[in-house]
Amino acid sequence: MALNYDQAIEKYEPTLGLEVHVELNTNSKMFCGCATEFGASPNTQTCPVCLGLPGSLPVVNAKAVESSIRIGLALNCSITPFSRFARKNYFYPDMPKNFQTSQYDEPICVNGYLDVTIDTDEGPKVFRVDIERVHMEEDTGKSLHVGGATGRIHGAEHSLLDYNRAGIPLVEIVTRIIPGTDKYAPEVARAYVAELRDILRSLGVSDVKMEQGSLRCDANLSISPRGSGVLGTRSETKNVNSLRSVERAVRGEIIRQANRLEAGERIVQETRHFQEESGETRSGRSKETAEDYRYFPEPDLLPIVADPLWVEELKAALPEKPSIRRKKLQEAWGVPDKEMAAMVNAELLDTVEETVALGAEPTKARSWWLGEVSRLANEKGVAPTSLVQPSEIAEIIALIASGELTDKLARQVVEGVINGEGNPRMVIEKRGLKVVSDDSALMVAIEAAIASQPETAERVRGGNIPAAGALIGAVMKATGGQADAAKVRELLLKHLGQG
Amino acid sequence: MAAISRDEVAHLARLARIEMTDAELDHLASEMDLILESVSRVQGVAGADIPPTSHAIAMQNVMRPDVVVPSLTPEEALSGAPAREEDRFKVPQILGEE
Amino acid sequence: MSADLASGAVTAVDLANAHFDRIAAVDGDVHAFLHVDREGALAQASAVDASRKSGEKLHPLAGVPLALKDVLTQKGVPTTCGSKMLEGWRPPYDSTVVTNLKKAGVVILGKTNMDEFAMGSSTENSAYGATHNPWDLTRIPGGSGGGSSAALAAFEAPLAIGTDTGGSIRQPAAVTGTVGVKPTYGAVSRYGLVAFSSSLDQAGPCARTVLDTAMLHEVIAGYDPKDSTSINAPVGKMVEAAKKLDVKGMKIGVVKELSGEGYQVGVLTRFNEALEALVSAGAEIVEVSAPSFEYALAAYYLIAPSETSSNLARFDSMRYGIRIGDDGSRSAEEVMNMTREVGFGKEVKRRIILGTYALSSGYYDAYYGSAQKVRTLIKRDYEAAFAKVDVLVSPTCPTTAFKIGEKSDDPVAMYLNDVCTIPINLAGIGGMSLPCGLAPEDGLPVGFQIMSPAMKDELMYQVGGTLEAALESSWGKPLYASAPELAVK
Repeated sequence: MALNYDQAIEKYEPTLGLEVHVELNTNSKMFCGCATEFGASPNTQTCPVCLGLPGSLPVVNAKAVESSIRIGLALNCSITPFSRFARKNYFYPDMPKNFQTSQYDEPICVNGYLDVTIDTDEGPKVFRVDIERVHMEEDTGKSLHVGGATGRIHGAEHSLLDYNRAGIPLVEIVTRIIPGTDKYAPEVARAYVAELRDILRSLGVSDVKMEQGSLRCDANLSISPRGSGVLGTRSETKNVNSLRSVERAVRGEIIRQANRLEAGERIVQETRHFQEESGETRSGRSKETAEDYRYFPEPDLLPIVADPLWVEELKAALPEKPSIRRKKLQEAWGVPDKEMAAMVNAELLDTVEETVALGAEPTKARSWWLGEVSRLANEKGVAPTSLVQPSEIAEIIALIASGELTDKLARQVVEGVINGEGNPRMVIEKRGLKVVSDDSALMVAIEAAIASQPETAERVRGGNIPAAGALIGAVMKATGGQADAAKVRELLLKHLGQG
Repeated sequence: MAAISRDEVAHLARLARIEMTDAELDHLASEMDLILESVSRVQGVAGADIPPTSHAIAMQNVMRPDVVVPSLTPEEALSGAPAREEDRFKVPQILGEE
Repeated sequence: MSADLASGAVTAVDLANAHFDRIAAVDGDVHAFLHVDREGALAQASAVDASRKSGEKLHPLAGVPLALKDVLTQKGVPTTCGSKMLEGWRPPYDSTVVTNLKKAGVVILGKTNMDEFAMGSSTENSAYGATHNPWDLTRIPGGSGGGSSAALAAFEAPLAIGTDTGGSIRQPAAVTGTVGVKPTYGAVSRYGLVAFSSSLDQAGPCARTVLDTAMLHEVIAGYDPKDSTSINAPVGKMVEAAKKLDVKGMKIGVVKELSGEGYQVGVLTRFNEALEALVSAGAEIVEVSAPSFEYALAAYYLIAPSETSSNLARFDSMRYGIRIGDDGSRSAEEVMNMTREVGFGKEVKRRIILGTYALSSGYYDAYYGSAQKVRTLIKRDYEAAFAKVDVLVSPTCPTTAFKIGEKSDDPVAMYLNDVCTIPINLAGIGGMSLPCGLAPEDGLPVGFQIMSPAMKDELMYQVGGTLEAALESSWGKPLYASAPELAVK
């Protein structure tokens, strides 16, 4: 019988390592001046250098070096005093030179760490993820596979290559083996990538969009029987395109490997691909014989010797750590841990903060974003921030606070904004959603309701307050829900001599 | 001394993506032996304290500002392409995933 | 020629045509050119003539024709690097060398033959047939830049550009009785120079006289931001140095390890005569020792193939060049393998395999790693020597031009041609070869090599210019006046 996760983790201990590639947001490529715009027409952002034409030569992008150093500093790394580029030699059509200009034994940053906090059975626990290295390299071109059944590589007829992406600066961040994650390996992996992403975003060095490929995660995982003291064979899982996938991929690999070992089969050292739909991984290239990349120092590039004073300046100018920022916000808003975590997990913290900055009360901002807006977003299968802006939510919250809208009406306003009917005020105008709190207007409706339900009115006059509910309901119906219910009650009861 | 086997040469040819004939492999293996014998003299000449030289003229921090410069047009980029489909390079099917 | 052009006695177009006539007459035998760019050259020439007519002040070399080694890119003009792999390839960009030549108004007549991807010492490794030495058509013109030097020796062009990684400018110059210079590494931009061994390659000027070479040097040298290894400093005064004609008080070092064991007798005779001429001109000869030079050849034949195994990986038929075997049933990898098998010649494949081996995991330290350390020793030997002398000298190569086919089956014997020229590339310093006479036993040209410290290329021109003048006055005429008349077809 196949083991599930809990059973797998009971018998086997996981060992986790993570490699993250970040696409930098520099204007030009790593080794040439071609633009780096996302989504440009094929081969419109190429030149002899990034096409690897005979005779071309690379020249290092100074901004990419600066960004790499800042990333290392934010991860508590030391900056290598004498950092060199190296050639990583292998053949693949998306690599114009059939070697990647990267770094080998002298990477720009080394020996850092990142602390991540996750929820465990014993409460919040901090895991220190040691970072072995941060180095610079270049991205490859993109291949499109044509023909064959599904257009994927297996069974394709030919491939089409676009080298716009070739040469875009990449920074690779490699962790050491993360010890003691135990059954929390999936959560730790996810939390690490999430925290790393937040740091990178705060540094402004990348737009870190996993769906667009500007942040890529490879998870290395092995398991071994508890107490054996021997490390197992590891697999490398690629194609992990979201935080949730990181968690699922690690979980899935633990289950897969455990079941294999249970069946007496061995784990093959290989690259696997994560399948979104099933949550499982599929075998890719076998890495049984480790690739011989024949690294040697890149003769066309000179070493980077970062001026220690400059590095100190960069360090001093680093932005506030996201974890610190989160603590401050939590204190300022008085939010319990679980709700804080909910916001972070939903990736709405920045959005809520923006909304609060525009004057909204924190609790209200939170409840709107995590409640109604998220509900609608899930229905449509999109991100909450793609439906409405913080400014619009802030406006709506303000209108409720001032009494111009009720919660119920506000939901209709949100719907209208999402439908593209304009900003909140315009929607209110068009749909006539304003709360009717004008006494005289309300009185008209109240009198009409009394006139249509005379017996009910009598009962209220007689002291049966709850009976007023039917009359209030009638007024609400007559006003299309736009009456301020509390106000109606007040006026009605007064009118009937009970207020 | 540095006996390199035909199998090793075949492995190197695979790494270098050159499909050599058997005759070539045989011939190369014996040539390699000769050449390696003479180049092996570099071993042990320089002590452990001698650093390697990868750049004849020592320079450092050669970089360029992060400024966009006009690219080639797709026509120019694809001008040498053995095969193309619209504005992309057309290549035979790529086996193995990445 | 420059004076005639300046005075208007001859137009650039006339000059170009005269050379095209010469090429047509003799290149059937010499085979120096792979591609003659009649249209392009005449267009360049007309433009120069027009500018001159309108009174524009032009560079002294404007309108002078030049032969370009086929390893440098020239936009829209076939660039093959002597290889089948790039048959028909027309680069979409100019190398910086070509840009500089065009800026000065130099007229590029065409692309010259070479050993495939600059690997070789005889131009026999060209996929397009060998070039023949104008001094004796049964002999090699040197390599890898045999086409450029043969073109000069056959008067098919007065100027030429070569590239030098282990002697590929200097050795051809020596065996064809012409002048060739490998500038300090980084002095001339490598942008557009199809890479053979990146840390050793350097483009350089070639001509029939030291002064012409100096003029050409000043045109092509200079800082290029597109080449990270380019030296950011002003170009030295080569022309001025070439005109000095004075070596009084200079100390000239003769390298013990490069002086002659096993060298052809006639080569040594002429070399020593040249030394005497320099002494008569007021220089002092000092013997210096460079013990690590014994290992230079071995280090070179590890470093260069290693770098080249990586540099030539890009030739995989995907983006440019020939493509073999793409019939719809094969994978990209199979097509790559087949193309590289057919597209590369024997010597290139040999070096790729050697380089792949030297870089492999497990072998790196023993081979590539060790070679890089020997390189450090060689640099240090040069530094020690230059502390005592101004320039160093040696014969350019151990023999005069050998017969075509004589060494092509013995790679190790072929590699020995470079024994004097290689140390210069490993250290990155400057090297010049100029003619110092004909060997008595075979009447073939002998080359004299001058080595100058890094970034002091002027010293080569100073010593070379002086030596050339002294020798020519003792001969009564320049060397090329003794060349056999090429049978004009």
